[in-house]
Amino acid sequence: MKETLIIAGFGGQGVLSMGKILAYSGVMQGFEVTWMPSYGPEMRGGTANVTVILSDRKISSPIAYEYDTAIILNQQSMDKFEAKVRPGGTLIYDTNGITHHPTRTDIHIYSINATEESAKLGNTKLFNTMILGGYLKVCPVVTMENVKLGLKKSLPERAWKMLPENEKAILHGAEIIHQIR
Amino acid sequence: MAQQQQEVKLMKGNEVIAHAAIRFGCDAYFGYPITPQSEVMETLMELKPWETTGMVVLQAESEISSINMVYGAAATGKRVLTSSSSPGISLMAEGISYIAGAELPCLIVNCQRGGPGLGTIQPSQGDYFQACKGGGHGDYHLIVLAPNSVQEMHDFVKLGLDLAFKYRNPAMILADGAIGQMMEKVVLAPQQPRRTNEEIAAECKEWATYGKPADRKRNVVTSLELQSEAMEQINLRLNAKYRTMEENEVRYEAIECDDADYVLVAFGSSARICSATVEMARAEGLRVGLLRPITLYPFPTRPIAELAKRVKGFLSVELNAGQMVEDVRLAVNGAAPVEHYGRQGGMIYSPDEVLAALKQKLIKA
Repeated sequence: MKETLIIAGFGGQGVLSMGKILAYSGVMQGFEVTWMPSYGPEMRGGTANVTVILSDRKISSPIAYEYDTAIILNQQSMDKFEAKVRPGGTLIYDTNGITHHPTRTDIHIYSINATEESAKLGNTKLFNTMILGGYLKVCPVVTMENVKLGLKKSLPERAWKMLPENEKAILHGAEIIHQIR
Repeated sequence: MAQQQQEVKLMKGNEVIAHAAIRFGCDAYFGYPITPQSEVMETLMELKPWETTGMVVLQAESEISSINMVYGAAATGKRVLTSSSSPGISLMAEGISYIAGAELPCLIVNCQRGGPGLGTIQPSQGDYFQACKGGGHGDYHLIVLAPNSVQEMHDFVKLGLDLAFKYRNPAMILADGAIGQMMEKVVLAPQQPRRTNEEIAAECKEWATYGKPADRKRNVVTSLELQSEAMEQINLRLNAKYRTMEENEVRYEAIECDDADYVLVAFGSSARICSATVEMARAEGLRVGLLRPITLYPFPTRPIAELAKRVKGFLSVELNAGQMVEDVRLAVNGAAPVEHYGRQGGMIYSPDEVLAALKQKLIKA
């Protein structure tokens, strides 16, 4: 098993922390993992992305040239990463703010409207765990049990009161993702 | 007792430097923040080791202060370290030369970013020359270790300090923004105690200035010697030390080199990328290997010279304009073609780009 994934969007959307939750879930599942962020001024706005690799073998390069899955959360990232999904791979995107929808026909494409759904729930901070739930529905690389452990491990103790809401958001994300092709 | 439970964590390379420094019993860290290594001091400040092991953590007013605090603490036989990124290391260069001249042990971590000047904050390997060929003035060498994983960031804190004390010479961990910012699994060492004053006195009594007891002569820490005859003797002693390091401390990893026609030479984050290139090349039926220097100084000259007798060529793959390639060429000494492939400015090649460069520069030539 090897899953090479990129999560890309705006700084502040929780891109890096979503990657961290997934990476920690992978550790709980017994996988080797790498989490390689774009770092620097992104955290003050602009685009942010993180490459997460989960594997049952030692991971050679943490830098990828194509991805099994791309989770795309803004137009800039769509422009940059749609072409880098390997043929037969998966592209998941949040439709909010997307003006040019993906056009490739050799990959699986899913959309999820987590921006709107998390706003409806009155907590836009749940956006990234909702996306994570959608991803895990499509690519169940780690068990829900290990995701819960990964979520707890990647949050500081003062944020543990948020765990139940985030777990619910993961389940909700799994319900609202749907396949386009 | 049951086998001790291994503590597996997911951490950034920078964070691990902080944990390792505490766990390997360091006495002090002095530093000044700079991207992409600020997490080193941030993590130390969060962990507050001064409340547990008694380790001092101090944010100095500049890199120049940091390295001179390291100089002072090292002179007393304490285990000390600092960390910075490329422009900050340039500021430290004078102090590093003095520490090498005074023959004091310490650890310097350089989490490299692109240059010259303030450059960029993204990863680079542009400081190879600075780390291995001087950096500061005068004839000296650092012991230079190049980690390629978060685990090695941890392990090399101990290795670097052990070698620094063994040779009374400053050691450097030459990492880069990619290794510093990346998270991977890491097994942390169990907490070791800091050495007691008695232990320091026993280990460092020949040279350290921890307070003069009645039963030994005064120890003087200096890099100054105005008599040329005496200075040359110091230089000769340093040279002999460097030759001993070259004899005994070379470390490298050879991956799929036994039957290789072509060998990639790469260190640190580049070596990780190149190990994927080797997998891709082998899948295409190309016999490609990777030689990864772990010590950049002393450089693995001999194993490269041995390979040069039978391989068709070397590609030195570095995130710079071609620096280590000069040492590869010296090792190969004309016995085989040697080419360089690099990216700069914080750009990173992917494994397939390296393979394309290998084909274009060596295989099709």
